Amino acid sequence: MTVAPTNADMSISKGPAGAPDKAPRKVNFDLKQSGIYIALALTIVIFTALTGGDLLAPQNLSNIIVQYSYILVLAIGMVLIIIAGHIDLSVGSVVAASGAFAAVMMVDWHVAWPIAVVATLVFGALVGAWQGYWVAYFGIPAFIVTLAGMLLFRAVTYRILGNQGIGPFPDDIRTLANGFTPGFLKNIALGPLGGADAFSVIVGLLVVVGMVVMQWRARAGRVKFAQSVDPMWLFLTKAILPAILVMFLVVQLARFRNLPWVLVLLAVLVFVYTLVTNRAVFGRQIYAVGGNLQAATLSGVKVKSVVFWLFVNMGVLSAVAGIIFAGRLNLAGPTAGNSFELDAIAAAFIGGAAVQGGVGKVVGAITGGLIMGVINNGAGLLGWQTETVMFVKGAVLLAAVAFDVWSKRRTAGGK
Amino acid sequence: MTDTILRMSGITKTFPGVKALQDVNLEVRRGEILAVCGENGAGKSTLMKVLSGVYPHGTYEGDIEFEGEPCSFAGIRDSEHRGIVIIHQELALASNLSIAENIFLGNERSKRGWINWNETNQAADELLRRVGLDEKAVTPVIQLGVGKQQLVEIAKALSKDVKLLILDEPTAALNDDDSEHLLNLLRGLRDQGITCVIISHKLNEVMGISDRVTILRDGKTIWTEDIDNLSEEKIIAGMVGRSLENRYPEHESTIGEEVLRIEDWTVHSPTQPDRALVRKANLTLRRGEIVGLAGLMGAGRTELAMSVFGRSYGVNISGRLIKDGKEIQARNVREAINHGIAYATEDRKRYGLNLIEDIKRNVSAAGLSKLAKGGWVDGNEERKVADEFRASMNIKAPSVESVVGKLSGGNQQKVVLSKWIFTDPDVLILDEPTRGIDVGAKYEIYTIINRLADEGKAILVISSELPELLGICDRIYTLSAGRITGEVDRAGATQESLMTLMTKEEQEVAP
Repeated sequence: MTVAPTNADMSISKGPAGAPDKAPRKVNFDLKQSGIYIALALTIVIFTALTGGDLLAPQNLSNIIVQYSYILVLAIGMVLIIIAGHIDLSVGSVVAASGAFAAVMMVDWHVAWPIAVVATLVFGALVGAWQGYWVAYFGIPAFIVTLAGMLLFRAVTYRILGNQGIGPFPDDIRTLANGFTPGFLKNIALGPLGGADAFSVIVGLLVVVGMVVMQWRARAGRVKFAQSVDPMWLFLTKAILPAILVMFLVVQLARFRNLPWVLVLLAVLVFVYTLVTNRAVFGRQIYAVGGNLQAATLSGVKVKSVVFWLFVNMGVLSAVAGIIFAGRLNLAGPTAGNSFELDAIAAAFIGGAAVQGGVGKVVGAITGGLIMGVINNGAGLLGWQTETVMFVKGAVLLAAVAFDVWSKRRTAGGK
Repeated sequence: MTDTILRMSGITKTFPGVKALQDVNLEVRRGEILAVCGENGAGKSTLMKVLSGVYPHGTYEGDIEFEGEPCSFAGIRDSEHRGIVIIHQELALASNLSIAENIFLGNERSKRGWINWNETNQAADELLRRVGLDEKAVTPVIQLGVGKQQLVEIAKALSKDVKLLILDEPTAALNDDDSEHLLNLLRGLRDQGITCVIISHKLNEVMGISDRVTILRDGKTIWTEDIDNLSEEKIIAGMVGRSLENRYPEHESTIGEEVLRIEDWTVHSPTQPDRALVRKANLTLRRGEIVGLAGLMGAGRTELAMSVFGRSYGVNISGRLIKDGKEIQARNVREAINHGIAYATEDRKRYGLNLIEDIKRNVSAAGLSKLAKGGWVDGNEERKVADEFRASMNIKAPSVESVVGKLSGGNQQKVVLSKWIFTDPDVLILDEPTRGIDVGAKYEIYTIINRLADEGKAILVISSELPELLGICDRIYTLSAGRITGEVDRAGATQESLMTLMTKEEQEVAP
């Protein structure tokens, strides 16, 4: 404790005592956070080039989203848990267990699908509560609890299914997992691009306008409170680039078969969870717990309850993913969701979450997940071997975290 | 025989911005027990770290001569090789290993890499007999109390053929019986020719065991004297002997009615539930008054404060809290905050701040509910509040979005204070509010404390620095070994009188 420089009653070498701190030049262009978007762009460019443009074809874009949606749903829950300084290895098994639970209710017992869906979400919540109890209140490291959960809930899956797949699912569930929004309006002609669903395009335009307006309002708010803001060119780039990308995606999808329902669901989840992490008291508490547990405790944050509810949340999202996955395959199988936890964890870390906790963003995790999704999909188009895909994904994960560590050391050195 | 075993001369050790040791000279005679005394932060531990090679040769100036030969230790292994062993205040035993394994850790009784367990355990049993510890060598250390662990540390030192044994606050965590046993053991070792340097705050122990005393103050050696020519008073005078300079803002307190009364407050150690860290403490805090709490390290100051603040430390807590005349319950931090109690920690980096977040989120951390409606934080309001604090507390940072980890100590402390002031407390407990910050920032913190008192808050300042307490407090409590041993008005207090009360032992306290 007495590593001596603490007691400033000693003779202080003549320094700039009380002089204003050297104002570090605030660079709003956050390399770390932007790095991930650049990485996604690079991944897309590379695979577009390698596949001769097939990657961005309307049907393929739709495939990437539908095929990877459940990982993205899991990544949202996972990044929150990682921000709080924990981990969840059981999500793959919980996906399988909740898919099985839903299948038994809908297929074997013929329960109406809305009731079955709600019951499955409750099932996921209970699973999360079970793990949350052991982690938060009993004090077992999440790594152990969820490693056990990985086995426990896989076993539960086998028991529920009796070692065989159950299907087929009702049409509504299949539509949710695999289907598209119906064309409420007629197709419109987009010149050389051919016909596209007018409704989808309108929704896309609304979303894009919404995004830009929100960013503008945030900027205006900062200006009003005399906070520093990005220069106008950077702001416009940051606002318009994503807008163009979203619009491109929507138009491509509209040219194919309208918007996939899971994309709508994902968009809603991303919006809600981004809001929660940025603006809600609960969101703040997640960062506080992960950033400095003791300081959070001594600031009156009920840290145990925060961690508990994070695991409940993860359970619910796992159930969502479980329903989507089973509905997509039209079958709840005992091996469903194998190694999903690894993809979800990788997505969160590639997306900039810190292993020590306290850092991470929902949008980052989604971006990280998309990087993996594009790699998976592009590799599939190119007919790569499984081991090549694994190798590339492993290398990307390592590189992303190495970059994170490096950039942190660099900022620390510049103190 | 006065043959000198160790001579340290002209030792100067500088940390960035601070001279921890300045031209220190220390001479230890073979076969004596030398006590090194000084206030917290006087440089005692630093000196011992220089000696034992924790700070390797080259990171300090000056010379060390051991048994007549110059020494340049590159690490603790070198010093141990020469027979200098230091036992730190925080014991460094591997708690899951056995006593024998700990004693011979890094020094295993082995042939060609294979440990001879029989020889190990036999040798350990032998050493345990020497230190008078009645335990089996195969007992895991985790099953031992702190007192016995201390003896294991000494046995470990003996296994290395120690010539000079350095003990940093060896009895700080021990009860009276264990302390007595340890001191007897040290006398026995002296008779066997082992030289001891003991760092202690407990002056009666110093008087009882040592042959000579060296005083360190502000990183300098003040004097060394034979015990026969000394008294506790003389040691105290040496430890504090400096005058109050004009480092404190003028302040006249307007003292109002009582806000918080702490009655019969007793707290036990979470690791040793039968050991009381705070015993039947009674304190009264009043509106607009700045009250000090003085005590040496290990006296129970932080334990007292944190246990009052929502029982965030300790077990088996008993006693009553009376706020505005009514008994209150503060079973957790949230309840304490709701009752208008705030506690700014002594260790802001570990317990006070989220260093990877920005100023505004740290400022709002404890009072977030005031900025939220229906669970949603009003971001603009939060920014506004943080900006107001940045202005009023003079936090030097380019914006409230600067990351707190990059601020200087003084500015970090202002963020901690802002956080607690934002909860609008009636009682503010400030634990070492100026630790590790420079003189200019200290003055600012004192001014802030005065302003808070003027606003009618009751303030309790815990500090190791007596001049600070005398400079800013209206009334000062002294704490020694978990008991309140005195309550003095600023007018009637001197550093010497406080130090006397702070080192007063339990049995001298009137019941």
